[in-house]
Amino acid sequence: MLDFMPQIPVAEWINRTVSKTKEKFEFIFDPIKEDFGKFVETTADWLSQVPPLIVILIVAIIAFFVSGKKFGLAVFSIVGLWFIYNQGLWEELMYTFTLVLFASLISILIGIPAGIWMSKSKWAQTIITPILDFMQTMPAFVYLIPAVVFFGIGMVPGIFASVVFATPPVVRFTNLGIRQVSDELVEASDAFGTTGSQKLFKVELPMARKTIMAGVNQTVMLALSMVVIASMIGAPGLGDKVLTALQRSQEGPGFVAGFGIVILAIIIDRVSQNLNKG
Amino acid sequence: MSVIKVKNLSKIFGKKTKEAQSLLDKGFKKEEILEKTGCTVGVNRASFEVEEGEVFVIMGLSGSGKSTLVRLLNRLIDPTEGDVEVGGENLAKVGKETLRKVRREKMSMVFQKFALFPFRTVLENAEFGLEIQGIKKEERAKKAKEALELVGLGSFIQQHPNQLSGGMQQRVGLARALANDPEVLLMDEAFSALDPLIRKDMQDELLDLQQTMKKTIIFITHDLDEALRIGDRIALMKDGSIVQIGTPEEILVSPADDYVERFVEDVDRSKVLTASHIMKRPETVDIEKHGPRVAIERIREQGLSSIYVVDRSRQLKGYVTADDVKKARENEEKDLHSILRTDMPTAELESPIHEIFEIIHDAPVPVAVVEDGKLKGIIVRGAVIAALANGNGVTENA
Repeated sequence: MLDFMPQIPVAEWINRTVSKTKEKFEFIFDPIKEDFGKFVETTADWLSQVPPLIVILIVAIIAFFVSGKKFGLAVFSIVGLWFIYNQGLWEELMYTFTLVLFASLISILIGIPAGIWMSKSKWAQTIITPILDFMQTMPAFVYLIPAVVFFGIGMVPGIFASVVFATPPVVRFTNLGIRQVSDELVEASDAFGTTGSQKLFKVELPMARKTIMAGVNQTVMLALSMVVIASMIGAPGLGDKVLTALQRSQEGPGFVAGFGIVILAIIIDRVSQNLNKG
Repeated sequence: MSVIKVKNLSKIFGKKTKEAQSLLDKGFKKEEILEKTGCTVGVNRASFEVEEGEVFVIMGLSGSGKSTLVRLLNRLIDPTEGDVEVGGENLAKVGKETLRKVRREKMSMVFQKFALFPFRTVLENAEFGLEIQGIKKEERAKKAKEALELVGLGSFIQQHPNQLSGGMQQRVGLARALANDPEVLLMDEAFSALDPLIRKDMQDELLDLQQTMKKTIIFITHDLDEALRIGDRIALMKDGSIVQIGTPEEILVSPADDYVERFVEDVDRSKVLTASHIMKRPETVDIEKHGPRVAIERIREQGLSSIYVVDRSRQLKGYVTADDVKKARENEEKDLHSILRTDMPTAELESPIHEIFEIIHDAPVPVAVVEDGKLKGIIVRGAVIAALANGNGVTENA
């Protein structure tokens, strides 16, 4: 009864689309893979070469000031980072941090303008919303496959997959933040004769700042979680340690690397949340 | 010279505006149009002109279309039909660029809920309009400070709006609008969110400021007392149409229809009607020509207990009582100088009735209404009570 039609070759289509895309856009993908890959790698190497003590102190000072000159977060940062160093995971930490940093920056650079566009155009909102839903509900692992096709294995496909996974919140929150600006303030702005961009930069974005920052925080956290998954396609770092431990079923090293990720997550989360309060 | 000319200005909300417009032109009512087309008539062919330096109040209950009307004036809402001429330019038809220029330079707006920018300091809020125009930092700070001084907030410039009370916040709103030095000030229920005492202070202050600024002000309110207090002229709106335009007195004394009449019924008349409305033509004697003999005659004729005394140019000199005049006549005095009394209560033509009410109750003689020292009329106790009691008494006496 249900077999009135042979199986629709959707998988086939997607395969073809992906490989066609790769062929057509090789001239873009290849330089990204090569040059950007090198850039990321250099950054990670450079960070790993900074003496850990200096990194720990810098993070502690930042934590101290963003949390309103309180010691809690600073002390946690010092102890946490020292623990990671003590466990011999310092280099992995620097790689993971670099991946998170690039993935977040790219997500934000794409996400905020997209959110602004969405807030300004009903049409854009209608189109972008289902795309965001799709991006967020698709199992994160799936993004790894085209990432490998386009960029091979290593850090770049990891960042690519993380960006796809982590961008939606900052888009949504930017859109929400701007739409939530009260009608009266928008009217006031218009009544004084603002141009579109004056209104955006002098009224809407400052008013939406807290909401947008909440979105940024979400995006950074998602990027971090994805970076761990990205170790499956060869992204180095703490996630890689977890994966190796899983494959060899070594619960000790697995948990230790896991702790490292938790510590990094807490520091990034608290620092970015406190930035929002200021 | 009129600064703003509004002609047949309409706003219809909804999809079938053309159909609704033609029904409106045929004279259908707001509810009928809603039923037939699903469109809401916001403003129905409003026409008026506002003179330079005038405080023009648009008043009506909520839903009467007054807030829509004021937004049509600076085109925060696009009109469906009609013209808004400001300084020779028809704002309903101009392009974006010109509209922006008019909004920046000619018209500023003050909002009901203040609409201040919470992330900016008081000074930065007041600077907003100038900043938008691209004026340099020092200059705009200077102008904004002047505007803040004007509204009495000179020492609060570094605060943020949420640190100020409602009244002070609205002063910031006013300063922000004044900093641009606009020709026209649009005030949308500017004082409605304030509590009554503060509201009264703000009204007084606006009137004080207006004495020196001489701006053209369009003031929206739902409060008739407020309208009568500050308006040079008032436009009353109902269901999107302007029902009557007139001075406060005209609206009170000769309401155009039942709606206006019901509206003004509850007004505290004592605040609105003035001495000139309830005074009578006075009986007088001329101190230079008349002696006790004439005085006693007039007192008897009119059945009075006293009479006012003026000179040849009707300057008020005082009054004489019937008893004194009788004695003077018995003593065969030639003039009234020796018995002239000067402790009479006086009022100006514009004195509101409630002030007269306070001085009249223990006064020995009727209140003298004077202008530049000349006696213009007198007010007897009965007239005040009649005016306070109902409108008919007023018209008869006026």
